[in-house]
Amino acid sequence: MNATIAGGAGFVFRAVIKPRLIAGNPPDTFQLHAGLEVEGYSPETYLTPLDKLYEIEGWDKVLPKDLLKLLVYKGHYWGVPVNIHRANVLWYDKAIFKKYDLTPPKNWDEFFAICEKLKAEGIVPFVMGNAGGWEAPHLFETILVSTLGAEGYKGLWTGKTPWTSEGVTKALEILKKILAYVNPDYAALSWDGAGEYLIAHKGAMMIMGDWTNGWFMAKGYEGYGWAPVPGTQGIFDALSDTFCLPKLAPHPINTLGWLEVCGSKEGQIAFNTRKGSIPARTDLTPEEKAQFNPYLQSCMEDFARDAIVPSVIHGAAAIESWVTDFKDAINLFLATKDVAGTQKALVEAAETALAATK
Amino acid sequence: MRRRWLKGERLVTLLLLLPSVIAVAVFVYGFIGWTGYVSLSNWNKLLPDYTFVGFKNFLKLFAHPRFQIDLRNLAVFTALFLTGSLAIGFLLAVLLDRKVKGESIFRTIYLYPMSLSFIVTGVVWRWLMNPGSPQMGSTGINLLLEKIGLGFLKSGWYTDPRVGIKAVAIAAVWQMSGYVMAMYLAGLRGIPEELREAARVDGASEFQIYRYVILPLLRPITLGAVIILGHISLKIYDLIVAMTGPGPGFSCDVPAYFMWETTFHANRFAQGAAIAIILLLMVSLLIVPYLIFSVRREAEV
Amino acid sequence: MTALRHLRWHRLLLYLILIGFAAFYLMPIYVLVVTSFKSFAEVNLYHMWDPPHSFSLESFKKALFGGFGYTGLAHNLINSFLVTIPATLASAFLGSLNGYVLSKWRFRGSNTLFTLLLFGMFIPYQSILIPLVQTLMKIGLYGTIPGLILAHTVYGIPITTLIFRNYYATVPKELVEAARIDGAGVLGVYTRIMLPVSMPGFVVVMIWQFTSVWNDFLFAVTIAQNPAVQPVTVALNNLAGSYIVEWNVQMAGALMAALPTLLVYIFLGRYFMRGLLAGSLKG
Repeated sequence: MNATIAGGAGFVFRAVIKPRLIAGNPPDTFQLHAGLEVEGYSPETYLTPLDKLYEIEGWDKVLPKDLLKLLVYKGHYWGVPVNIHRANVLWYDKAIFKKYDLTPPKNWDEFFAICEKLKAEGIVPFVMGNAGGWEAPHLFETILVSTLGAEGYKGLWTGKTPWTSEGVTKALEILKKILAYVNPDYAALSWDGAGEYLIAHKGAMMIMGDWTNGWFMAKGYEGYGWAPVPGTQGIFDALSDTFCLPKLAPHPINTLGWLEVCGSKEGQIAFNTRKGSIPARTDLTPEEKAQFNPYLQSCMEDFARDAIVPSVIHGAAAIESWVTDFKDAINLFLATKDVAGTQKALVEAAETALAATK
Repeated sequence: MRRRWLKGERLVTLLLLLPSVIAVAVFVYGFIGWTGYVSLSNWNKLLPDYTFVGFKNFLKLFAHPRFQIDLRNLAVFTALFLTGSLAIGFLLAVLLDRKVKGESIFRTIYLYPMSLSFIVTGVVWRWLMNPGSPQMGSTGINLLLEKIGLGFLKSGWYTDPRVGIKAVAIAAVWQMSGYVMAMYLAGLRGIPEELREAARVDGASEFQIYRYVILPLLRPITLGAVIILGHISLKIYDLIVAMTGPGPGFSCDVPAYFMWETTFHANRFAQGAAIAIILLLMVSLLIVPYLIFSVRREAEV
Repeated sequence: MTALRHLRWHRLLLYLILIGFAAFYLMPIYVLVVTSFKSFAEVNLYHMWDPPHSFSLESFKKALFGGFGYTGLAHNLINSFLVTIPATLASAFLGSLNGYVLSKWRFRGSNTLFTLLLFGMFIPYQSILIPLVQTLMKIGLYGTIPGLILAHTVYGIPITTLIFRNYYATVPKELVEAARIDGAGVLGVYTRIMLPVSMPGFVVVMIWQFTSVWNDFLFAVTIAQNPAVQPVTVALNNLAGSYIVEWNVQMAGALMAALPTLLVYIFLGRYFMRGLLAGSLKG
C-alpha cells in the first residue's frame, strides 16, 4: 500500500497531493486535518465517504460528539481521526517559576503581572517563534478562545459571532500587549527555537500546541509545567490528524484495512505513544492510559470532559483560504499593531469565506 | 544583404528551427496567454472555474494590503540591489584593473557566489543575519561585529520590520556584485590605453579620466547590467524562500512569493495568475525596449 | 620621493580594500565549512565563528544519509544530476542548431524571430507556471524527472541559442561560402564547418546550463514535489526549514548542494566567464 506520509511541515505535503488528486492518480491515503481543511480537497469529487466504515467499527460511540461534528462535511465522514493535539496550552519553566515564587496565571491580568515581574529581572517573560508564519496566529487563536468562550469562538467560524464583537477587539489588545514582553528575535525562530529559551531558563512562558511536549522530551528537558492558556480552563482547542480514502486509490481494500487499524484502540495507542499525542478514542482503560506520560494522561482527562472547540490554524475550523487570510491579517498586525485595521481585515476575511461556502 | 537560396535550403533551415520555435511558441507565448486567461477567470478554489470576471482579480490585488507591501518591498529591494551591485562591482573592477598581484585569485573570490543557488545563499545568510537576543547572546553578523569592535552596527536584520527586505538585498548584492565586476573589468580592458594616455597628457587627473572618458564608454555595460540585474530583481523568489519567508509584517515579502503561496497553498489560481501577469508586465517594460534596441542595433552593423 | 611614498600609500590602500572585500565574500563560506565540520555537541549558534575543536564528519554523513526523523540528501543529489545532465545536453544541442541557422542563414524576419525567442529568457516563470503544471499533468509527466527535464530544456533554448549565435558569428562567412560552393547543404555546412569548431561554444553553454538547471528551485518545487524525485535545491530548503534537523547538518547539506556548481566554476572558470560575457547582448 502506498501511503504518502511526509515528515515535516504540512504545506509541502498539500502541494504534492492536490495535483495528484486532480490528475487522477492519488496515493492510497494521505493525512489531513479533521475539519474544514477537507474542503480544500473537494472531497465530493476526489474522496470516498467513510460512513459505512464508521458504522461497522462503531466509532460514533467512542469518539466525542464534538469531534464527530467536526469530521462531518457535506453530510459525510471523510477521514479517520487517529490522534488529538491540544492547541491552547501554556508551557512554563518550573525553575523560573519556583525561583520567583510564581503560579501559572489563570487569567490575563495574572499573566501580565507575571510578565512585569520577570521583565524587571531580565528574563524573557513570554517566548514565541514566528518563522513559520503560523505560530503567532496560533497564539491569537487561543486568545480568541479566552475572550469569547467556547460557544462564542465556535460562532466566529459559522457566522453566528460577528467579527466586529468586543471579544475580538479585546483579543487583539491582549496580543498587542504580549508583544511588549516577547523575545525580540521571534521572527527568526520557529517555535522550537523559542522553546530553547525555556530549556536554557532564559525565558519563562510559551503558548504552543502539545507537540511541544514531545519535543521537550526529545531534548531531555523535564522541568516544564503546563496549564491551559489563561482564560481557557475547561476548553480544549483541538486539532486532529486523520487519514482518508481517495476515490481513485490504487488499493482501496488494503487502505480500508489500514483505516480500520487507525481507528482501532490498539492502533491508536501504538501510534500516539510514539507521536506524543492522545488517541481520538475515549474508551481506554486506566492500564492502557498509564502507557502515556503525565502530560498526555492529564490531557486525556481534559479531552474527555472539556468543551471541544476546533483549531483554525490547524485546519479544523475554517477552509484553507480563510485560514490564509486570517494568518496574513495577524502577521501584518505584528508589525503594525493596528487593532482597528486588523479587525476590519478579519471581518472582510470572514465575509469572503462565508460567502464562498454558501 | 540578399543571399541566394538554393533549392531546398530554405526548407531545411526552417525545419531545423521548427522544434524550438514550436516549443517556445507553446511554452512561452501560449502559456502566457493561458495565464492571462486564468487571471481573468474565477478560478479561486481547487476545482477549475473558468467563468470570465474581467479585471476583478487585479482590482482586488491592488487593494490587498499584502500586495501593496510586496510592491513597496520590491521597489526598495530593486533600488538597493542595483545600486549596491553596480557600485561595488564598478569599484572592484577599477581596482583590479590596476595591475594587481594575484588578480585572478581576487577575481575568483569575487565571482564565485554567482555559481551558487539562491537557496544555498539564502540558507547561509539566514543564519548570518539571525540577530540573537540580549538574553541568549548575539550570533551571526552581529556576533562578528561585536568581536571586531563594531557592535554599534548591530541590527535585527530581517527580524526587524523596519529593515526587512533590505537585509535580503545585502545577500543579493553579495551574490551578484561579482558579475558586475566581471562585466566592468572586461569593459575596462577593452578601452585602449592610448585614450587614457591622451587624457593624461592633456592634464586630466585620474578621477577626471574616469568621470569623463571611461564611464561614458562603459555606458553600454552599465545598461546591460541594469537590465540583467533588474529583471532578476523583479523575479526574486528563491532567496526569499530560503532566507526569510515573508518576514514580520510581510517586510520581506515579494510578489513572486505571494504568487506561489496564493496559488498552491490557498488554491487561488486566478489571483496567482493575476500576480504573474503583473510581474510579466513589469519585466516587459524593462526588457522589451532593450531587446528591440539591442537586436536592431546589431542588425545595422 | 614624496610622489613615490604617495604611490606606496595608494597601493596599500588598494590592497586593503581588495582584501576587505575578499573577506566579505568569503565570510559565508567560512561559516558554512566550519559549521559542517563541527559535531552536534559542539555546534552552537552563539559561537558561530569559532573554528571546530575537533573535526567531525558526522554532519556530512547525516546530511547525506539522514538522521532521526529525516532522510538525507544523497538521492536528491542523484536526482539533480538526472535532471541537469539531459536537460543541459538537449538545450545545448538545440541552441547550437538555432544559433547556427540564425547567424549563418539569415532570412527576412529571422531577427524578429530571434527577438521573440530571446524574450523567453527574461520572462518571470510565474507567468507560465499554472499552464505548465496543467500541461504536464495532462501528458502524464507531472511530478516526474522527465517532466522537469522537459521544462528545463524548453526554457533553456533562448539562452543557449543566444550564446551559440554570438559564438558562430565569429566563424568567417567565407568558410561557409566555400563549403557551399563545394556543394554542401545546410546540414553539410553544419557538420563540416561548424561542429568541428564548436567545442568551446559547447563548453560555455553546458557550463552555463549546468549551473542554471542545477541551481533552479522554482521548477523543482512546483513540478517535483514528491520527495523521491526532488532535486537537491528543494530537499535542502526542506532540510534547512525543519526543526528536527541539527544546524551543522543543514550547513553540511548546503555545502554539498553547492559543491558541483562551485567546482565547475573553480576549475572551468574561464568558460564560465565567457558564458557571462556572451550572455550580455553585446555581440
